[in-house]
Amino acid sequence: MLLLLEQIVNGVQFGMMLFLMAAGLTLAVGIMNLINLAHGTLYMIGAFLAVTYLGLFDSYLVAVFLAIFSTAIVGMLIEMLVLRPLYTRDHLDQVLCTFGLILFMNEFVRFAWGARPLRLDIPEAIDFSLRFLDIQYPAYRLLVILVSLAVAAGLYVLISKTRIGMLIRAGASDRMMIIGLGVNIKFLYSLIFALGAALAALAGILAAPIFAVQVGMGDHILILTLVVIVIGGIGSIRGALVAAMLVGLIDTLGRVMLPSGFGNIVIYLLMAVILFWRPQGLFPAHG
Amino acid sequence: MKIKRILLGLAVGLSVNAANAQDVRVGLVTTLSGPLAALGEHVRDGFMLGVEQAGGKLGGLDTKIIIEDDQLRPDIARQVGDKLLERDKIDVLTGVVFSNVAMALAKPADDHNVIFLSPNAGPAPLAGKRCSPRFFATAWQNDQPHEAMGQHLQQEGVKKVYLLAPNYNAGKEALAGFKRAFKGEIVGETYAAMNQLDFAAEISEIRAAKPDALYVFLSGGMGINFVKQYAQAGLNTAVPLYSAFTIDSITLPAIGDAAVGSYQSNLWNADLPYPANSEFVQKFRSKYGYEPSNFAAQSYDTARLLDSALKKTGDAKDKEALAKAIRAAEFDSVRGPFKFNNNQFPIGNFYLLKVVKEADGTLRQVTEKTIVTEAKDAYHTECDMASAK
Repeated sequence: MLLLLEQIVNGVQFGMMLFLMAAGLTLAVGIMNLINLAHGTLYMIGAFLAVTYLGLFDSYLVAVFLAIFSTAIVGMLIEMLVLRPLYTRDHLDQVLCTFGLILFMNEFVRFAWGARPLRLDIPEAIDFSLRFLDIQYPAYRLLVILVSLAVAAGLYVLISKTRIGMLIRAGASDRMMIIGLGVNIKFLYSLIFALGAALAALAGILAAPIFAVQVGMGDHILILTLVVIVIGGIGSIRGALVAAMLVGLIDTLGRVMLPSGFGNIVIYLLMAVILFWRPQGLFPAHG
Repeated sequence: MKIKRILLGLAVGLSVNAANAQDVRVGLVTTLSGPLAALGEHVRDGFMLGVEQAGGKLGGLDTKIIIEDDQLRPDIARQVGDKLLERDKIDVLTGVVFSNVAMALAKPADDHNVIFLSPNAGPAPLAGKRCSPRFFATAWQNDQPHEAMGQHLQQEGVKKVYLLAPNYNAGKEALAGFKRAFKGEIVGETYAAMNQLDFAAEISEIRAAKPDALYVFLSGGMGINFVKQYAQAGLNTAVPLYSAFTIDSITLPAIGDAAVGSYQSNLWNADLPYPANSEFVQKFRSKYGYEPSNFAAQSYDTARLLDSALKKTGDAKDKEALAKAIRAAEFDSVRGPFKFNNNQFPIGNFYLLKVVKEADGTLRQVTEKTIVTEAKDAYHTECDMASAK
């Protein structure tokens, strides 16, 4: 019973990790109508930059802040230089181009940082385990859950309560109309993309002490992230949150309860079933 | 125009032929891009250091090394392999790290009468039924480090072991190899998804199963993920971690203190007390400025082995003579005793390594003991070299 409880916490925590990735991606895909496979690349860049900045400044807070900020800038540059001409093209072109970006950036990172995997340790202040009944749980993983919840709340407020959020929603619903009203849609899109990049970087940095910091680290998590946003309904932050929890829980429990090796396919079965019942995902975004 | 082209072709063809008489052409196909590119870099650097040791001339012959990236994809390996075999007319093929790549290249290399020296991959078919007089594994058969660790835990009298490996062919073979030598109780056997990120669920299961030891085979990023998470969960002090192909000088800096106190089985370590090894380690560090791994050591050995054979034959074109000279294995291996079995896979030692933290904070693998001397792989009895052509 306790083991099951522990596994549920594991699932929630993994789901939260996925949510951080999915939130940024669902913004780009849902609101900008852009298939961005290079989201995992930004996740990788965030982690690599954090390691470098930590080496330079020896402070986690500074390193995290700078890494998120720099990744947002990188994201903005990618959006302006590479992706902007793709908005009017069909999705296949976007897939091809952003897939090319993955290959290019992977080799670029290998060129710049080397092929050997890097390391980001858990900050000492939070490097301990909490005990509850008979369960021992790393405090860092609980921190990940808290940060993800804060991001979810922050995004909710940003999208539905602020003026910029209103513009973003309006841009998603009717691009032409919002241009007609004199809003600089190009800048708005760059901003959304930068926000998505910042979220990817945050996810990469939070994941770095738990996962390997290496070339291609974004590719594996990207697949799960795509599953999450498809299940949740593309463009919906709420959907991403629910779907991420669902995927995290089902993946974790499936691995434990089903015969070895079989558990890994459960989330894909889940996706197939949900798409059969609700092709738009669980929470289709408005518009 | 056309005539010019034909003449040019002739000239190139002739120059190739002219060079053929006293040179050796080596094709080095290895993994130089993607997440596991570090392995290929070690293999390349190790081999090139071995060539440098021979004064840039393997066996005193003019030496041409052609390096190609297989991208860890058998189809790409096949393409670059065809190019090396058809156009570059290589005499020797080496560099291959992964078994799926080795399997894709073994047949075409054999068909072209090219000597294939595999510095890492040692797939079971090539050790057994499909052994060939032109294929040599210069490191190991894939199962051997797992079998060695099974043997060690058996020797130690460990009762209950939990096993964890990725869910693909090599993962299953690895654990089968372990179980060949370990006869105690297996309290859990889990196959994780390939490239799995989060192991929290598996770690909770391991904690609940209360084994005396945990044995894992998780290469590359998977291993880094797992070992870090295992220590973060505080389990590394309760259940000792044993592994192969998981913790080495490539992954250790990325894992950090989480690996301290864990054990690995390997055919080589930087501190092995053989003169050839001390020389290799020292030269490697000063030339490349990073710590060699067993992959670099194996590839260095491969170059030294080839050098010793070419010295005897003085010619790389008579493949039968070259293979015979390689089979004799008269060189000083960095791993200690080294000779070839009937299937042309090595008979050598396996060592138990332990990760320690030095006073200055650096992490290092130290050799604890020799687990097994003159280890032979399990498949050599299936190889009938006499009837293989």
